[in-house]
Amino acid sequence: MLIDRIEARKNPTKHTLVALVENKPGVLNRVASLMRRRNFNIESLAVGTTEDPTVSRMTIVIDASRTNAALVERNLYKLVNVIDVQDVTDLPTVVRELALIKVRVSDAQHRGEIKQIADMFQSRVVDVAKESVIIEVTGEEQKVDSILNVLQDYGILEVVRTGRIAMTRG
Amino acid sequence: MLTCEPLKSYEEGCGLNEEEMNMKLTGAQVIWETIIQQGTNVVFGYPGGAILPTYDALVDYQDRVHHVLVRHEENAALAADAYFRATGKVGVCMATSGPGATNLVTGLANAMMDSSAVVAITGQVASYLVGSDAFQETDVTGVTLPITKHNYLVMDVNELPQVMAEAFYIARSGRPGPVLVDICKDVQQKMVDYEPIASVQMRGYRAIKPHGRQDIPALLQRAKELIDHARRPIILAGQGIKHGNAHEEFRAFVEKSGIPVATTLLGIGVLSEDHPLNLRMMGMHGEAYVNQAIANADLLIALGMRFDDRVTGNLKTYAKNARVIHVDIDAAEINKNVPADVGIVASVKDVLRELTPMIEKRSYPAWMEQINEWRADTQARDVLNVALPDDMLLAPHVMRAIWEETKGECTICTDVGQHQMWETQYFQHTRKNQLITSGGLGTMGFALPAAIGAKFGRPDDEVWAIAGDGGFQMSIPELATVMQEKLDIKIAIINNNFLGMVRQWQELMHNHRYSAVEMWTPDFVKLAQAYGMCGLRATNIKEAREVIRRAREHKGPVLIEFVVEKETNVFPMIQPGKSLNEMTRRPIQPAALGGGMEFMKEKAR
Repeated sequence: MLIDRIEARKNPTKHTLVALVENKPGVLNRVASLMRRRNFNIESLAVGTTEDPTVSRMTIVIDASRTNAALVERNLYKLVNVIDVQDVTDLPTVVRELALIKVRVSDAQHRGEIKQIADMFQSRVVDVAKESVIIEVTGEEQKVDSILNVLQDYGILEVVRTGRIAMTRG
Repeated sequence: MLTCEPLKSYEEGCGLNEEEMNMKLTGAQVIWETIIQQGTNVVFGYPGGAILPTYDALVDYQDRVHHVLVRHEENAALAADAYFRATGKVGVCMATSGPGATNLVTGLANAMMDSSAVVAITGQVASYLVGSDAFQETDVTGVTLPITKHNYLVMDVNELPQVMAEAFYIARSGRPGPVLVDICKDVQQKMVDYEPIASVQMRGYRAIKPHGRQDIPALLQRAKELIDHARRPIILAGQGIKHGNAHEEFRAFVEKSGIPVATTLLGIGVLSEDHPLNLRMMGMHGEAYVNQAIANADLLIALGMRFDDRVTGNLKTYAKNARVIHVDIDAAEINKNVPADVGIVASVKDVLRELTPMIEKRSYPAWMEQINEWRADTQARDVLNVALPDDMLLAPHVMRAIWEETKGECTICTDVGQHQMWETQYFQHTRKNQLITSGGLGTMGFALPAAIGAKFGRPDDEVWAIAGDGGFQMSIPELATVMQEKLDIKIAIINNNFLGMVRQWQELMHNHRYSAVEMWTPDFVKLAQAYGMCGLRATNIKEAREVIRRAREHKGPVLIEFVVEKETNVFPMIQPGKSLNEMTRRPIQPAALGGGMEFMKEKAR
């Protein structure tokens, strides 16, 4: 099942849109509501503030085989609070995702192995408990997918991913 | 007394005193000031607790704004919508919080679907009560989010002047649409420094937002080339031509290009229907020759229309061999339903101004001959060819009679259903924006409130509301509004004791299984009289003409009930999912009616 998801994520039909929106109450709701009522499929949506406190930035990932990315872009433009939309899919970009992964550890040996895996992925163990550890991993989605794939055998208890954020280079 | 002394201050120079320069107004006053400044002088509304401060302030504005007390908030929104369509000025409706505001929903959805500039002002509970489930509190911005172009909740009076100005600007600019402003009760009462806002600058909103960077000259050049090479072109004309006030440019383009025109339902009236190149309405109930022309075209020039499914039928088979030029002010319409070879995001007016000089003056004799051949076949099937017996009246005859008696000099507001389609088929629209009808949403009950709105917009015009017995029963209460406002409106009810269009679908697609479509109706003539209105009835064509004449002579509102044949169908018809060339046609009509209603019922040949 996880493998399927990984395969799906490698699908080249994925489109990344970056939308600058006014940092006002309800704007996320307007975007989400637009997606819902137009029956657009969102893979991920990450929102945060920018260098300008009045502007928020959304990174929206769409599976273009199911949803026409250009139509999403044009419909976003119709929202009054949307300042700018750019499809950065074909532009040189830095793309990142953050994930926290809680893995089951049954003994000290496992804990050591997991620490090693984390190191290999240049990620960190950020919490250690009696029967679990939390790993923080940052990188492109494939990297997150890969570590998830490796850790699967140990028993993944919980995963949270931020969704893709993207910034054009230069 | 003349004086040569210099003016003491700027204020004195303007003829304003200090107080006026720094005008302090209540939120309620700001609302009325903005409405007046925006050029709207009629507001359709219904008061209630949360909007009371605004109604209180209305007392001081009565000489500048006329408030129409409707009998249901939905009709306030529908009337405001029709007021916009009749005048081009933003329609304004007003309601209180909670149920008042939620009652606007259908009217706002109607304005959204048909791109009408409407500003709805609703009262909200006091700002300190928002979120507490206070009496008559509803999350109105949440409720109306998907059915407005934009909406606001105003909790701070200092934002109100700007928000009000933005609301009007958003409503009428670009692709028009409804904007709702939900204003807390205490905001209406608080004072604010008010200065009229002359122009609105908004950070994100642009009236036209093209997709990417458009190379307009290159797109126009490609459009010209497609037009040059076309042998069977057709123009699909939509409401965008009306909204962009591009009637003149459109006519010039049509006449120079020599390309025949098919209109959408809402595009009726963008070109006079007696113009030789106007083929008239396309789509589900468009005349067969129009749909045949589209199905066989090699070029579609779609102007300010959005390829609604009622227009295209099955998209897979829609105008298969046609290249497509699509011009729309809304970028999201390009490639939404039908892929465009040339898609231009701009106002139709601007595009036609550029494009018309670029093209050759042409005509398409062979193409027109083919269309006329199809047209002759359609005319041979016209139900009006049949001499009706004295005890029978058909709705198409009523529509034709209204057209002939008024000589087409009137504004028509229709409801939704069979009568609406018969109106488009048998009334020849020669005037600009003559037909006001609910297109995209198909709102039953539209006709009467729309006629009220249209009458305020066009007080000197003859206004007809044409409704079915079903839709009319949804707006009966507005007869009281008509009387209170002394509006000279002629109301025609086409009564077949059925929800006619639903019955037609049940007959054709559900094997005659009539479910919940038979309608008991009141005595409409007595009903009219109960409201103090003149009531008339007609049951055959002779009476129909007589009552139409009497109604027109009568100064004041008249309600006419036309009792028509119960089970007639609107043909032609493209059944849902079918292609343009799979229409269910009218049969070729016999010269005289030989018993039964079979002549109306033949299926596709």
